[in-house]
Parts: sequence; structure tokens; C-alpha cells
Amino acid sequence: MELKIDRECVARCRELAAAIVAPVEAFIAAHSTVSVERAALRLLGVDGVTPEEIPIPNAILDALPERQRPAGIALAFGKALAETGLDPAALGEAMALGRYSLTEFTETPEGAARGALRPHVESGLERISGQRQARSELLERLPQLPPPLLYVIVASGNIYEDRTAAVAAAEAGAQVVAVIRSTGQSLLDFVPFGPTTEGFGGTYATQANFRIMRVALDEVSEKLGRYVMLTNYASGLCMPEIAVMAAIERLDMLLNDSMYGILFRDINMKRTFIDQHFSRMLNAFSGIIINTGEDNYLTTADAVDQAPAVLASQFINEEFAHRAGLPDRQIGLGDAYEINPDLEDSFLYQVAQAQLAREIFPEAALKYMPPTKHMTGDIFKGHLIDAMFNLTSVMTGQRIHLCGMLTEAIHTPFLGDRSLSLENARYIMNTARHFGDEIVLRPGGAVELRAHDVLTGCEALLERVAATGLMNAIESATFADVSRAPEGGRGFDGVFERAPEYFNPFEEALRGSLTAVSS
Amino acid sequence: MTQLVKPYGDTQNDGKVQLSFTLPLEWSEAADEAARRLAGKMGFTDVQVVDGRKIATGYSFFVLYASTPQAVDVDSIAPSSERTHAMSMDEIDALIEERIGRKIRVAGACIGTDAHTVGIDAILNMKGYKGDYGLERYHMFETFNLGSQVAVEELVRFAKQHRIDALLVSQAVTQKGSDIKNFTQLSELLEAEGLRDDVVLICGGPRVTNRLAGELGYDAGFGRGTLPSEVAAFIAVRLAERRRDAARR
Repeated sequence: MELKIDRECVARCRELAAAIVAPVEAFIAAHSTVSVERAALRLLGVDGVTPEEIPIPNAILDALPERQRPAGIALAFGKALAETGLDPAALGEAMALGRYSLTEFTETPEGAARGALRPHVESGLERISGQRQARSELLERLPQLPPPLLYVIVASGNIYEDRTAAVAAAEAGAQVVAVIRSTGQSLLDFVPFGPTTEGFGGTYATQANFRIMRVALDEVSEKLGRYVMLTNYASGLCMPEIAVMAAIERLDMLLNDSMYGILFRDINMKRTFIDQHFSRMLNAFSGIIINTGEDNYLTTADAVDQAPAVLASQFINEEFAHRAGLPDRQIGLGDAYEINPDLEDSFLYQVAQAQLAREIFPEAALKYMPPTKHMTGDIFKGHLIDAMFNLTSVMTGQRIHLCGMLTEAIHTPFLGDRSLSLENARYIMNTARHFGDEIVLRPGGAVELRAHDVLTGCEALLERVAATGLMNAIESATFADVSRAPEGGRGFDGVFERAPEYFNPFEEALRGSLTAVSS
Repeated sequence: MTQLVKPYGDTQNDGKVQLSFTLPLEWSEAADEAARRLAGKMGFTDVQVVDGRKIATGYSFFVLYASTPQAVDVDSIAPSSERTHAMSMDEIDALIEERIGRKIRVAGACIGTDAHTVGIDAILNMKGYKGDYGLERYHMFETFNLGSQVAVEELVRFAKQHRIDALLVSQAVTQKGSDIKNFTQLSELLEAEGLRDDVVLICGGPRVTNRLAGELGYDAGFGRGTLPSEVAAFIAVRLAERRRDAARR
């Protein structure tokens, strides 16, 4: 199946996306955030909590005098490393107990600090490349089933129940398991610590929880002879830190959108732009596939109207991702099957949009999200709508397929719901595996016309955004009918301008390694 | 008069129901039998396990058909309070202008940790839902959409500060009853602050019913598929009634 699309229009959209993102990149390069700095500490090996249960990276950064912040945490911490001779983990713990303070070591020369940091920077990055290597070997030895990769969520609030659900889902055919986060977590300016057994609408993302899931999925991968991937969320106020934890614990995918938090969680846009950049650099290095959140445009407004906004967001996300060093195969651009099922020929529109994304982003790991908005509690109809979604996905060659649940809009999925959902997807995808290869779309027909309209609508939207600048465009509610001010929203107080002497050894190392990879 | 009703399969009063559930058992014929007996213990008769199979190691899924000997008396069920009759945006604006004489201040929020603003946005945002404009579009409503994850205390503070006339709170996602807890906490806090009678308190969400809302101490509850104009009309009429009642006193 092939759509005839205006390739020149596609090229113009890419140019516009580049023009939109370039000024934001300049802003990003001149700033950092508290979460980027805490991520650097975590990469050095700092972890754990203080006796008051404050994560040690937060405690250390909070103790850094305000005037020293523009230089970044690394130098101040490096000075303490040089003077104490401790390793970062031990130093962090000693600081948590109040045995040392960053202010004691201001006289230490910078050269000593850099020297003390160097081996820990290297071992931090080696730890991550080791996990990347391990993933490659596992994928080679335990190959996945052909795409679309069936992806399900677990969300009990209790990581041990999630583990049971994840293993059961893997046995039922899931190839990717995502642990939905507790809904409050995106707005926390710290990452909770340790295994957790209570959450709301999901389970807290903690490094210990990541490890528990990874161990369980590795076991079931061996048993099934195919590698089962693990997903979590690098979104909200702690994007960079979650990216670190995910890299260390060998997660395979992370939800990581350049604008989602701004629009849908009212997180400050400057904070988000800076955080997404650092986290994406790290994701690129750790081999993690990012998933973007375009489906949210469709769930909050009319899906037919919003199709150009989805495509525009895909272009912008692609541009931000490329600039952070992510190759196409690690960019899971989002879309969703959310058109009102009562609309005549809605299936044709869905196919048009899905195929359009496939042809515009041929190498991207497209992620297709299931119907949610028009799922009503009528589980029988819901199961049918999910079947049409499954058909669209297989015929348009989507890569990552989030299985729809017949009980969507009722409760977080039961174990049996997940099994029924996987069975639906497996049946449809098997029975129609090569359907897409067999059909030719009628030139000038409804599918082609719809794709054309979406593409030209996207171009017009990108032109408007390019004319005013991305931040102004967001302020004037260009995306999702939501207006956000450049200095409004949560987390703005954690954004700071870099001093000339700003130093983040990981940023430098990552930039070097990613340039080496892409060239 | 009593009117006893039973589920209808293909014959009046056959009591046929379908059931499906998962048991934490490896599938076997004994597991099928366990499912059958379980349905029997639930009080069903003529239980047929029409499908039983393994869905994961240690878990089996079953589909059953059975009959229930139970019936309910429909006439004993009190009707839930009537929703306001359908009114258009213009009619509602006119009603407010005439009976209230000033703009009605409405604040909406997803409370607790819920971040799913779809419902509250559909009611409040200009765009509305299914071609029915949101409250923002009305001349006679001043709206404040506080968004997601608003703490109950914060909402009450806001209501006090801005002299809010109507509060809309939504809970889309539930897990082990967290929605009920949050709704209850809000109505209790409003009582404690002495504000309860000053506001029209409305809850919404896919599983909210008017009956549930009443039990939780709310003025109304709106569930799936609610149009903004239904909520608008309810608020306008309720406030107009309160004003009338206050004038009579």
C-alpha cells in the first residue's frame, strides 16, 4: 500500500520544523535545570535518601549556594570528591548525614575537581553502554516477534502485583510492558526511592521498581525465547533523572515528549525544553526508544480536526530528537486511533493518517495508541473498535502497538482484560499480516485526499508556529487549544542560566559520543 | 404494586446471565469445574462453563452462562432526581440574566492525583463536546479551569477567595475507590469551612451517577456523555431556585 503524497510539502514541513526548533535549541544551550544537575549526580553514582527520606541528589543540589548554581553541580561536587577521596556514592551518603558540605571546598582548584570526576564519569557511562550491549546481545539471542510490537500496560500501584501482571502478559503475547506511573508523579520535583506498593492510577517510577520489573521480564524472556521490553515515563519534572535510572536498569523505551508536559501537565515550557534535550541525549546513548505523546492531542479535542496538529508535533518531536542525537529507529512518534466511530468512513481517515505517518517517517519506530476517548464501558463494542484499530496498525506497518483494552474507561486493566486484548491483536494481525502489501489505494480516492488535507493543514500550522516562534505559539494556544506562558507552569524556579564556567561532564561526553555515532 | 424483573435470555423469566472471570489456577478440567461451582455458590443455576482456558502460567479465564433465581421489584426503586430539561445556550444565558442578574462564577478541577482533564475540559472549554459549547462560551458564566491534580484544600481556598458559585470536580480514573475518597473529602471540607450552602457542588466522571452524587452530599453528578449545556442548565436553575427560596424566607 502506498499513498501518493506531495514530497515537496514534506520537505517544507521538515525545513519549518528545523526553523522552529533552532531558536529553542539556542535557549536550551544557554540554560540548565535542577533536574539536569541531579541527573549528573545520579550518573556519577549518587543515590539513596537522607534520614529525612529526601533523595540524596536533591539534598546535595538544594545545599548548593544559589550563587554557585550557574556553574553547575559537577564542579562543586568534584571539589568535594578531590578533597575527601571518597567515591560519589559514599560522598553522597556522607553529605546526607551532614558530615561534609559543598561549601567547605570552594578553594579547591578546578583542575583537581575535573580530575576527580573523570574516572566516575567514565565508569558511569560504561555502566550504561554495558547495558546497551547487553540489550543487543539479548535481542540477538532472543529475537522479538515481528512488529507491530504488542505493548500493554500494567498499573496496579503495587510493583509486585505489576510484576505478576507483566509476566502473565508476556506469556499471553506481550512484547513490551509499560508500568504506568502513579498520576501524581509527573509533578513531583524528585524521584521516589525504593520499591513501592501504593500508587494512584499507576505505580511510582523508582529505580528499585525498574529493577524488579527488569529481573522478572528477563526471566520470562529466557523462558519464552524472545526478549520482552520494559517501558516507563521520562516525563514530568524529572525527565533527565528518570532517563538515567532507565539507562542503568536497562529499560528499552521511555515516554519522552518535547511538549506533552507543557500542554497537558502545565509544566513550565523552558524547563521542559531543557530537560527533554538532556534526557534525549542520554536516551540516544543508552539505546532507549523514545515514545512521543501525540495521542494526547486527539483525546482532548476532535480527532478529525486535530490530525494536522498531530503531524506537526511529529515533525517538531523528530527535529528535537535528531538534535539530541537520536537516530530514527529510536524515535517512536505517536499517533492514535481516536476518530469518532460513529463517523461514516472513519476507518478510512484512520488508515490515511497512519499510512501518512508511515511514509513521512519511514524509519521511525512509530507508536500507535488505541482508542480511549470513544470507549464507553460497552465492552463488546469496545472490543470491535479495538479490532479495527489492530487492523489499521498491521496494514500500515506501525512498529509499536499499544493494545487497546475492552475495559478502557472502566478500570485499570485486569489480568483477564489484558489477555483478551492481546488475543484480539494477535488474531487480527495474524489473519491480516500481509493485507497492506496486497492493496492499492485508489488515486484521488478518499484516503489519498484525506492524507493530502492533513499534510497541507500541517504545513500551514507549522508556518504559523515558525512565524511567531514555538514559545509564543504555545502561549497563543496553537497546540491542543491550551495556552501556556513561557514563565508560567510548574518547575520554572528550577531553570537557571549557565555561567561561562558552567560544567557538566556528561553533557560534554554524550555530545562527543553521539557525534561519533551519527557521523 | 410490584413488578418483578429477571434477566431475559430468550424466554420471559429465564434469568439468563453471562459471566466471565479469571481464576488464579493453572487450567485443567478441574479448573473448569471450580469455575462452575463458584457460579453455583454465587446463587446461579444451570451453570455452563462455555469456555475455559489458560491465559498465563497459573491463571485461567472462563466464560459462563447461567440462570439467576433472583428478581427485583422495579416499582420499589425511587426515581433519581430529575435532570434539568434541555435548554440552549441562549436560553440559559437569558435565564441567568433575568433571575440572577450577574455572571455565575464556576470553577472546575480534577481533584486528588487525577490528571485526566478530558471531562472537565469538555464541560468548561470554549470548544465543548459533541458540538455543544462549553461554559466558557456563555456570556453569563465566568469560568476558572484549575486543571489537573488540584488538592482539595487548594480548591476550597480558591472557591472562598473568588466567591465561586458552582464547583465542578471530576475523577476519571479510579483505583480501589480513590475517586470516592476524594469526592467525599471535598464535600466534608466545604461543610467544615461553612461554604457548602454557598456553592452548587457537582461531580463528574465516567462512573459518576446522580444517585452516587446524592449519597456523597453533592447537588448533582454527571456521567458519561454529559453535554456542557446540561451542566450549565443545572447550575443556572439550581442557583435561581436558591435565590427564590432565599427571597421567600
